[in-house]
Amino acid sequence: MSRSLIIGLYLTAFFITLAAVSLVWTPYDIQSLDIPNKLHRPDGTHLLGTDHFGRDILSMIMMGARTSIAVAVVAVGIGMALGVPLGLLAAARRGSLLDEIIMRGNDLVFAFPSLVIAILITAVFGASAVNAIIAIGIFNVPVFARLTRGAALPLWERDFILAARVCGKSAFRISCEHILPNITNLMIVQGTIQFSLGILAEAALSYIGLGAQPPTASWGRMLADAQTLVSIAPHTALIPGFAIVLTVLGLNLLGDGLRDWLDPRIRVVRT
Amino acid sequence: MIRYVTSRLASLIISLLVASIVIFAVIEVIPGDPASFMLGVNARPDTLAALRSEMGLDQPLIQRYFAWVTGLLQGDFGNSWTYKTPVADLINDRIWVSLPLAVYALVLSTLIAFPAGIYAASRRGSAGDVTIMGATQLGVAIPNFWFAMILVLIFAINLRWFSAGGFPGWDNPALALKSLTLPAISLALPQAAILARVMRSSLLDMLTEDFIRTARAKGLSHRQALWRHAVRNALIPVLTIIGLQFSFLLAGGIIIEQVFFLPGLGRLIFQSISARDLIVVESVVMLLVFTVIVVNFLVDMAYAIVDPRLRTKT
Repeated sequence: MSRSLIIGLYLTAFFITLAAVSLVWTPYDIQSLDIPNKLHRPDGTHLLGTDHFGRDILSMIMMGARTSIAVAVVAVGIGMALGVPLGLLAAARRGSLLDEIIMRGNDLVFAFPSLVIAILITAVFGASAVNAIIAIGIFNVPVFARLTRGAALPLWERDFILAARVCGKSAFRISCEHILPNITNLMIVQGTIQFSLGILAEAALSYIGLGAQPPTASWGRMLADAQTLVSIAPHTALIPGFAIVLTVLGLNLLGDGLRDWLDPRIRVVRT
Repeated sequence: MIRYVTSRLASLIISLLVASIVIFAVIEVIPGDPASFMLGVNARPDTLAALRSEMGLDQPLIQRYFAWVTGLLQGDFGNSWTYKTPVADLINDRIWVSLPLAVYALVLSTLIAFPAGIYAASRRGSAGDVTIMGATQLGVAIPNFWFAMILVLIFAINLRWFSAGGFPGWDNPALALKSLTLPAISLALPQAAILARVMRSSLLDMLTEDFIRTARAKGLSHRQALWRHAVRNALIPVLTIIGLQFSFLLAGGIIIEQVFFLPGLGRLIFQSISARDLIVVESVVMLLVFTVIVVNFLVDMAYAIVDPRLRTKT
């Protein structure tokens, strides 16, 4: 295993553990405000200090990890659940009108910058974590659809597929039994990358107020709150940022490491 | 070549058409009708009726769609309900912040990424390569708005080299550029990290090609083979990413404008969302998507110029 895989695993495991622990325990209750103790620098009582309401930043980071991971996991899930079948279908019916429609549809979704999709959705349905998930998820669909189709097309030319066809298997069965297992590694690697992009997107949406709403803790919201305080209490801006960078870095290293470990020929898409 | 251009042109027009239908439809699915959404539950009936007729909600859907599209084509984006001015004027005021910001960031990103990517590829495995690749890993992981806050903390608050935000207008171009510098850097750096990685891997692919070996066998130095043959061919995937990045920079600008209080399209969208001014939201979103689609079309055209092989394909 490569160094990047190990570092990536540790970082990712660390933040997943933080999120998991926050389900049962946080050092302080983030719902209770403690205004007299606001904007404390990190010390023995508050390991990472307190914010402008006197809330414990470590506890907020733990709860925020939960939000980030939940949003990103569901968004990647939506992207895979819709994108992979679409890509398989397009590859199975390659060159047909259906293929053309699916791919043009993908191009169209791609033409909407993810943030613009999110803005449109929140403008119409209101800002919430659920709408943020939908917006990020929609953008993941063409990523997986394109990747699946691109990886499936050369497989369809292979001899073992021909053998399966000679056996009388339908295109549907071939897609499920032969194509899908052969692209799983690719999906795992790309899924890790989309996971990290989802965390960045959630942070960005929450930062501009279109994502998780208070009292839900979110790294992006913490940064938005910290913006006006950056000169008097820099730790309120630095800590959530480091949390985002370390998580995303961990996932990217994990993705790269997994690729080298599973199949170095895999090409991931990153934009 | 003509077939290539016509097929691209056709797909450009279809994309624009479908995009406009999607945006129009999303605004239409709002519970109730757009007018009552904009005015809220406590609106007076006569105000509601006035807005309805101004927005043409008494007309059939299809007719309204065509009125909107023909308006857009003639540069008439409708009138903003909150600002009481034509949306075209609002956009015109703000696009001269957003567009220069995106272009500035794109130029910076390219200027950083090209040398970094080419250097890393030509010295593969060296300390320089490892350092550059490590830096790009970090660059990809940093959210641009957080990077922007850090830049403000260092260069505006502590060193006082730049102002923390705001835009003085283009009367003094030097001052205007200066106020766009921190926003452009924060937008450009994460993009430069991606671009440098693409440049490096694309160039590494090229360096293993037979034609590079041929060029070397003919007596060209490593440097000559790199610059005359490899870099030019490696540019093709890089161009795609640059085209895609432009749309990310335009949309990413929406957030960065919030950090630096820049009066661009991004702030216009946010102010319009909180004011529930759907006429503005609809038109600005359409304008952004239009720009992205057209830029991608231009990238396709640029391919044909860079790589003559693509002209024969349809």
